[in-house]
Amino acid sequence: MTVSLYAVIGLAAYLIAGPFVGGWFAGVDRRITARMQGRFGPPILQPFYDVRKLIEKEPVTVNGGQDFYVMCFLIFIIITGGLFFFGQNLLLVIFTLTTANLFLVIGAYSSNSPYSQIGAERELLQMMAYEPMVLLTAVGLYMTTGSFNISDIMLGGALAGGAIPLKYLIGIFAGYLFILTIKFRKSPFDLSLSHHAHQELVKGVTTEFSGRTLALIEIAHWYENVFLLGFIFLFFQNGTWYMALVGVVVALACYFLEIFIDNAFARMKWQFTLKASWLVTITFGAANLILLYYFKGLM
Amino acid sequence: MSYITKSPWIIHYDGSSCNGCDIEVLACLTPMYDVERFGIINTGNPKHADIFLITGSINEQNISVVKQIYEQMPEPKVVAAVGICATSGGIFKECYNIMGGVDTVIPVDVYIPGCAARPEAIIDGVVAALGALDEKKKALDARPKISDTAADSAMGAASDDSVDGAPPEPPEDPILPGDDVEVKYYGAASEDEEAESAADGSGGGQEEGSAGDSGKEEA
Repeated sequence: MTVSLYAVIGLAAYLIAGPFVGGWFAGVDRRITARMQGRFGPPILQPFYDVRKLIEKEPVTVNGGQDFYVMCFLIFIIITGGLFFFGQNLLLVIFTLTTANLFLVIGAYSSNSPYSQIGAERELLQMMAYEPMVLLTAVGLYMTTGSFNISDIMLGGALAGGAIPLKYLIGIFAGYLFILTIKFRKSPFDLSLSHHAHQELVKGVTTEFSGRTLALIEIAHWYENVFLLGFIFLFFQNGTWYMALVGVVVALACYFLEIFIDNAFARMKWQFTLKASWLVTITFGAANLILLYYFKGLM
Repeated sequence: MSYITKSPWIIHYDGSSCNGCDIEVLACLTPMYDVERFGIINTGNPKHADIFLITGSINEQNISVVKQIYEQMPEPKVVAAVGICATSGGIFKECYNIMGGVDTVIPVDVYIPGCAARPEAIIDGVVAALGALDEKKKALDARPKISDTAADSAMGAASDDSVDGAPPEPPEDPILPGDDVEVKYYGAASEDEEAESAADGSGGGQEEGSAGDSGKEEA
């Protein structure tokens, strides 16, 4: 395997700038959300103030394992994004992401708080809801480009002949956008943890985490959000610089769209989340793959 | 100034109020007042909260609840009593099941009078609470890291200091449970607020410790 310069730059940029970009996005998110609700909103740097404050707070842990699990969550999220921006195998990236999320679930399960446990159960349900679509996204990118390696996908598809993967994967792109709402923890699918004031489950999975531990979860989310937007970026790559620019712009537009969806919907029940996301996975994701498989022979 | 004053998260609990103050607390979140522009978030979780807003007086049934919420909050933390019921018991003071104000159960740092307390007064009180929070943070940093008992005594000292050190204007002098104020504020609430503040301008901070006991006796 040859390591390209771009891969090293990508990895370094993600590890160093990832949390800053992610935190800044979170601040912009809060400001835009406030403006959509007719409020002024907090400073853009508010998420950084929050995390600094949480680090300063008295550490309170329910049990000894909790901090370990959260630390694993953060580390595996960093590995996930690191592998992604290093141009490694897409399937490996997806499985590491699942592992990371499982550590958060175990951390939430490890306390006896009912809120935390229901939050953990809902987190598992959410994972059930979005995982198939994430896998189909990887399969779709493989079918258009002939490789699971992100460094190869970045160069554009062999099959596509210079076209961006999106050309053949519009259905899968739509499906990925749908589950992105779950991954960003936005309404209507913010079942296990919400950044808004609805308190039906107190704070879901993070109920029993406080202080420094909660700060680590926040930082992990920043890393995770940057990585998830990177997925959208991947749909637009054919090895040219201007499509890279388009990829960044579309990723930002999708982030805005998710904020809009967040403010336009109320929280749904988990049954709806599961049914809707699987329905979308089948109608958009699987149908896209079947059509692609059929027309691949004709091209 | 520490970062804690830039991101105060609030937990709100209703003791036994008429809900008037609760509505005003929630009004602070609306576009009209939008406290989130100061980084204030209304969280439902005591473990995430820095400021404990209590509306309504304390009754026999919710003593343990209030204490538990207070104990679950990680240091540094401050308590703000919102509305006249929370500061002294208000019109419920003479009820057989009412302990009195919040300070009969847990230490209170900021008193926000009013019936119901106006959103402006609540925001003002929360800003005053930030001063107290900052003081406590400094006391927390200064304490020797030995044991929990040392921490408790350090924090106890800090809370007393912060009452004196807090910005003077917003929490008008609290009506303490020991005070003889049954008739004064009841009836014509709006004008009496100013009257009270003018009348007893002496600091309530020093009496705070003893107030708890006297309130209990009375109840």
